[in-house]
Amino acid sequence: MTKIKKILIANRGEIACRVIKTARNMGIETVAVYSDADKHALHVEMADEAVHIGPPPANQSYIVMDKILDAIKQSGADAVHPGYGFLSENPEFPKALKKMGITFIGPNPKAITAMGDKITSKKLAQEAGVSTVPGHMGLIEDADEAVKIANNIGYPVMIKASAGGGGKGMRIAWNDEEAREGFQASKNEAAASFGDDRIFIEKFVTQPRHIEIQVLGDKHGNVIYLGERECSIQRRNQKVIEEAPSPFLDEATRKAMGEESVALAKAVDYDSAGTVEFIVDGDKNFYFLEMNTRLQVEHPVTELITGVDLVEEMIRSAQGEKLSMKQKDVQLNGWAIESRIYAEDPFRNFLPSIGRLVKYRPPAEGVNRSGAIIRNDTGVYEGGEISMYYDPMIAKLCTWGEDRGVAINAQRSALDNFELEGIGHNIPFLQAVYDHDRFERGDITTAFIADEYPDGFEGADINSGHARKIAAVCALMHDIKEHRAAEISGALPNHKRHIPDIWSVELKVSNDEVYHYTADINGEEGLRTIIMDDEGDKAALELEVMTGWTPGQTLVRASVDAATFNFQVQPISEGFKVWHRGVEYKAAIRNPRAAELARLMPVKIPPDTSNLLLCPMPGVIVSIMVEEGQEIMDGQALAIVEAMKMENTLRAEKKAVVKKINAAPGDNLAVDEVIMEFE
Amino acid sequence: MQDILDQLEARRAEARKGGGDKRIDSQHAKGKLTARERLELLLDPGSFEEFDMFVKHRSTDFGMDEKHFPGDGVVTGWGTINGRKTFVYAQDFTVFGGSLSETHAQKICKVQRMALKQGAPIIGLNDSGGARIQEGVAALAGYTDVFQNNIIASGVIPQISVIMGPSAGGAVYSPALTDFIFMVRDSSYMFLTGPDVLKTVTNEIVTAEELGGAKTHTTKSSVADGAFDNDMEALAEIRRLFDFLPLNNRDGVPVRTFFDKHDRIDNSLDTLVPENPNLPYDMKELIAKIADEGDFYEIQADFAKNILTGFIRMEGQTIGVVGNQPMVLAGCIDSDASRKAARFVRFCDCFNIPLLTLVDVPGFLPGTAQEFGGVIKHGAKLLYAYGEATVPKVTVITRKAYGGAYCVMSPKHLGGDINYAWPTAQIAVMGAKGAVEILHRKDLGDAEKTAEHIADYEEKFLSPFRAAERGYIDEVIQPRSTRKRVTRAFALLKDKNLSNPWKKHSNLPL
Repeated sequence: MTKIKKILIANRGEIACRVIKTARNMGIETVAVYSDADKHALHVEMADEAVHIGPPPANQSYIVMDKILDAIKQSGADAVHPGYGFLSENPEFPKALKKMGITFIGPNPKAITAMGDKITSKKLAQEAGVSTVPGHMGLIEDADEAVKIANNIGYPVMIKASAGGGGKGMRIAWNDEEAREGFQASKNEAAASFGDDRIFIEKFVTQPRHIEIQVLGDKHGNVIYLGERECSIQRRNQKVIEEAPSPFLDEATRKAMGEESVALAKAVDYDSAGTVEFIVDGDKNFYFLEMNTRLQVEHPVTELITGVDLVEEMIRSAQGEKLSMKQKDVQLNGWAIESRIYAEDPFRNFLPSIGRLVKYRPPAEGVNRSGAIIRNDTGVYEGGEISMYYDPMIAKLCTWGEDRGVAINAQRSALDNFELEGIGHNIPFLQAVYDHDRFERGDITTAFIADEYPDGFEGADINSGHARKIAAVCALMHDIKEHRAAEISGALPNHKRHIPDIWSVELKVSNDEVYHYTADINGEEGLRTIIMDDEGDKAALELEVMTGWTPGQTLVRASVDAATFNFQVQPISEGFKVWHRGVEYKAAIRNPRAAELARLMPVKIPPDTSNLLLCPMPGVIVSIMVEEGQEIMDGQALAIVEAMKMENTLRAEKKAVVKKINAAPGDNLAVDEVIMEFE
Repeated sequence: MQDILDQLEARRAEARKGGGDKRIDSQHAKGKLTARERLELLLDPGSFEEFDMFVKHRSTDFGMDEKHFPGDGVVTGWGTINGRKTFVYAQDFTVFGGSLSETHAQKICKVQRMALKQGAPIIGLNDSGGARIQEGVAALAGYTDVFQNNIIASGVIPQISVIMGPSAGGAVYSPALTDFIFMVRDSSYMFLTGPDVLKTVTNEIVTAEELGGAKTHTTKSSVADGAFDNDMEALAEIRRLFDFLPLNNRDGVPVRTFFDKHDRIDNSLDTLVPENPNLPYDMKELIAKIADEGDFYEIQADFAKNILTGFIRMEGQTIGVVGNQPMVLAGCIDSDASRKAARFVRFCDCFNIPLLTLVDVPGFLPGTAQEFGGVIKHGAKLLYAYGEATVPKVTVITRKAYGGAYCVMSPKHLGGDINYAWPTAQIAVMGAKGAVEILHRKDLGDAEKTAEHIADYEEKFLSPFRAAERGYIDEVIQPRSTRKRVTRAFALLKDKNLSNPWKKHSNLPL
């Protein structure tokens, strides 16, 4: 057994930071690697030393093995942690390290080879007695063959990149046309993302849940499982929310899945942290999907319910130590949930939003007032950049609570406290999911997002109780602002402005959804009693409100009827823009007379852009698929825009004729630039 | 006795009805409020005192002697905004379409003179069909009297115009002579000659909105300083602006309690300037991050976006900010940007508002369009305005300060009081490539040598230190401590007392 002294982390972003934290706790030195784009990244700052490895694109830096090997030599590291993605599941990497006498903090190359290829891994799983999903195991030559195979298996089918992961290079096809299109798209994406364009096809299990087992092995033949994680909340196969344990599994199924996973791991002498992914159907039948021979993005939820530091266990087993616990020692305690906070705009069909983090203020980590734990894994900081070259993940916000309800509530309030500015992000969407009754019941499948938001996301639902509280707090904030304004120098002595205690609040979600209240603020300082009169037939309601808010603060922390109530604001004319639980409101606070006059104001209808094709994200036009004067059909592909390495096909929303095309392939477009106009 | 008192109330009630219920309804149907409703919103509730409520016109032609409305189409008086005095007038479109008569003009002139005498700002809410044609030249004389008052008051008290309906012909020139013009989108327009006349005279076909709507005047003509969605928003925002402004040119800037640390450090500013000198960044972020509470009141936000102008507060006191905007035209100065910033600088100097200048300017925008358009003279306006300004002047160079544009953007040589530079600053005659092409013309064919020369030039000149060695920069500061430094600098300069030699008036290159 050789003690590791210096770990090079062959990765970037939050996972590099995550590994550095544990290494530091263990007294091990750390080396970061960075591309040009990451020169000022957090992982570089956190590590003891850092080595530059090339230009921004990953295929010229983070996944170029020679560059990493050079960095190892240069820094004198004696071990490497690969993180996830990049070189983490490339068996050549640990082989090369072995030649250099460097310890690889991950499984043995044989296990990686066996499991890394989805076709081989499936065969192995079958041999180990693990049930698998029907599919075509061979490689597929062309689109025609893909269609033929798809027909043999029966639609729907899933087309996947053999080397894929994380949703890239993955398509679902429900008919021949989609199979043909999906095959080509997957192949292209696979080639661009992994440098390996091999594709395979399998049966797409309907109503499936994605549940995976965390396993942990050592070099002495011991393998244990650390319970499951449910990752069913996915969008286009990209995980969004993960939790542990699963609200669906019973003890028997958990045990069966765990034991099969251990059997599979043992079959390949698995000796590190790994994850066995299953699809589970409504009758709790589970099918092996794949095994990820690395640390998983969502590993923190397992850590939170087991108390095990998976990175530490990986390091220990890499240096030859035996597992510190046996299966019977593994106890699942409480509930943990992870939200992946992405720089993706949910209101623009989740298109990536890159740029400067003008504001990045995550909620405080640690134990909150309700006894829940908040953990935030990130690789960014305020003033940093979400670059177009890498995954647009900003942070992984995890909460732990005694039970699922507590963990969900902790997510809601932590997300309300998460301040982000400068880029579009998916927090409103995450909030909507947490408030969705199907999610609250745990009644979810991997199709949850597609089922519940078939036309995209248009904002979370309004809760009238929340709306009233927001109105009350905004009235009080406005009152604070106006009192300050009246204290300006130069006022006529003895003729100061009189500020009334009654405010009228107009809370607007959209032109069609407007709430009106009258807020009567009683009391001078500290705890105020606000009598809220909802216009309409409801009786007035008294709220006890307290806030230490001062003008300029964007995070409002208030107490309403003795319960914490937080939201974010931005001052606008006549009031505030408010973000709470995924809903954006505009609150206008006026004295009653002004409110009366405000009702005379015309409603302005935003300009009609339905006859324009706007660029939904900053990106490069790859191709324009129509011509001026051409008649187009509903759903027809019009143009392809590439951003964040993803090709996005823009389709016609209705039947029309192309009037004018304003962009050409190769053009760099900003958000909302007009690509083409229709008649 | 009681009858007489009641009579006053009855007369007031009649006057308050303006042109009557039907016309008020029609005003509301257009999405516009009435003159008195507007004043209620503009001023602190209950603070408005109306003058000349019972004034009537004296015209007898065209049957006008039969038609009388007390007040004659304009509501005038005074009130307070957050307790500070201001004079106001609001034209009443429900009375003769707000048209200007001799007496209407006299009412405006009265409050103009009072405002000047009391040292209080005046705010005009314009909503008028134009001159009252029935009165002929008397109306024109009225307009001109108003203009003369505008001119005399200029630089003594702030004058603000809000266009809340039509403003055509002679009516446009009173607003044009004031410090700020704001418009209401979709319900206001301003032009000298309307679409109907245009059509007959020049065959041009254009709508009133295209010719003189808020969009035209905030983006193309720069006649207006800002536009708002409706009357409510416009008046709320005028109140907000008013709180930034001194009452007159002797008063000094207002002070307000502030909830922000004067020495707040913002680490994110250290990464504001991108590594690549050709990449833009948003200067508004810097403004928001150094201002009290992130509050920035932008003036002319939609015109000449390559330069930013507006008000912030530091330690509760108003500061005028001018900043190059690298996001637009790389922050180059052109004719429009010069005129916009020069006018803003002069406003601030008139009213003793200290100036903060944020510099990232690669130069003047080149081209025939600019030269033919007189960029020399327009650029000179900004130069002149800065050189003439005696208020406290603090400058921060964040990145480029090249060539003539360096000379313009409030350098030490134009009386800059405290001039800071970030370590990312590049103070030079021009960028490296251009300079090397001139300095080492003979090596131009040799790529290797040229690269060497460029590196050499960058090392020598593209830093703040050459300028700092000569004392042209007082101090090189860390971006993160900009707020702390700048607030402290303004605190230091609070008692600055400088005056230019007496002159009848200056001769700014118009």
